[in-house]
Amino acid sequence: MNQIQRHILKIGFMLAVFAIVATSLVSLTEINTREQISENERLALLAALNALVDADRYDNDILTDTLSLTAVTELNTSDSSQVYRARKNNQPVAAVFTSIAPNGYNGKIKLLVGVYYDGSLAGVRVIQHKETPGLGDKIDSKKADWILKFEGLSLHNPIESRWKVKKDGGDFDQFTGATITPRAIVTAVKNALLYFKLNRETLFEVTK
Amino acid sequence: MNSIYSPIIRDGLWKNNPALVQLLGLCPLLAVSNTVINGLGLGLATILTLVASNGLVSLLRQHIPDEARLPVFVLIIASIVTIIELSMNAWFHELYLILGIFIPLIVTNCAITGRAEAFASRNPVGPALVDGFMMGLGFTAVLVLLGAMRELIGMGTLFSEAHLMFGAAAKNLTIVVFDDYRGFLLALLPPGAFIGLGLIVALKNVIDARQKTASAETVVAVADPVAS
Repeated sequence: MNQIQRHILKIGFMLAVFAIVATSLVSLTEINTREQISENERLALLAALNALVDADRYDNDILTDTLSLTAVTELNTSDSSQVYRARKNNQPVAAVFTSIAPNGYNGKIKLLVGVYYDGSLAGVRVIQHKETPGLGDKIDSKKADWILKFEGLSLHNPIESRWKVKKDGGDFDQFTGATITPRAIVTAVKNALLYFKLNRETLFEVTK
Repeated sequence: MNSIYSPIIRDGLWKNNPALVQLLGLCPLLAVSNTVINGLGLGLATILTLVASNGLVSLLRQHIPDEARLPVFVLIIASIVTIIELSMNAWFHELYLILGIFIPLIVTNCAITGRAEAFASRNPVGPALVDGFMMGLGFTAVLVLLGAMRELIGMGTLFSEAHLMFGAAAKNLTIVVFDDYRGFLLALLPPGAFIGLGLIVALKNVIDARQKTASAETVVAVADPVAS
């Protein structure tokens, strides 16, 4: 083996040492943080659900009382998603599930929709979107209160034909400079309510 | 302040500012500088990473084979960023929810590899740490300035959403500069970032040129040649 070859081998060896040390450190950190991170995520999910369905309205473990849905065309979901069910004394209270508005200004808007057993909305939150900052992003509850106004509404309040933005002859405010975004959400929420109405009993079926 | 450190400080903050002179790290810079708070968030995360990576590269500089230094730098930086991200997610979850989206962006910030190569791999730990901090600070200053410009022109406010970073108490920190402002979308979109950065670079060049003529009038000797 000549000198150059030995030199190359030495560099390769050092590179391998660095790679092993760096990867071990990352793995060590991952192992030590894993539990805490999943606990944080659990709490964050619970907080998100409780923002829709108040914690004292139910007494079951909402995070484990779930139903797995495969892709649902009415909700425009393309992957399987979870339905979280709230119950009190084993009576159904509310279901929280994901719905997607496919026609936002910049693509899909992912929503978390909570519906009480009687068909009225516990609330709606946007969990993922790419709408224009300053215009369409007012749908985010962090930026404006618009999305909070869905609370308490149902397919009878307003009646089904009024589930549109004002520009289209409905009851919902659009934003100055952004009609497409609110229109997409109003339609998606209405579809979610229609889906809930048709599938209510299946959604609350006890899975054991 | 020790005299070896003063040129490092001047380099980081002004003369060799990573964003204005080296023009490094523009991808994250342009992407998130649409508000003051976003700029500040990315800035703080960058300072942290720069200090850590500069310190580590400087400590290990005798053991890093010269021919393979770039992959080693990348390895070090990527590990640091991942470790910071995981630790923040676990122990500073609130902060993570705000800065979390910025942290992966830092890996794409070549200012960090640039400092590892140009400074940390050739200098002792002390100056390397100061260099990392000052470069980070210079980067943050540009981010905040650009964020302020874009936010002011785009939305007519300053410090909006400060509560995301400083808690609910900071909700009143938002300053509405123009009441009933209709908004100027261009400033918030990527072209606004390019235009804004261009203006800041131009302003810096004007100030530098002024200073140069001023010093040339008093002292005939040539000042420092511009760093390439």
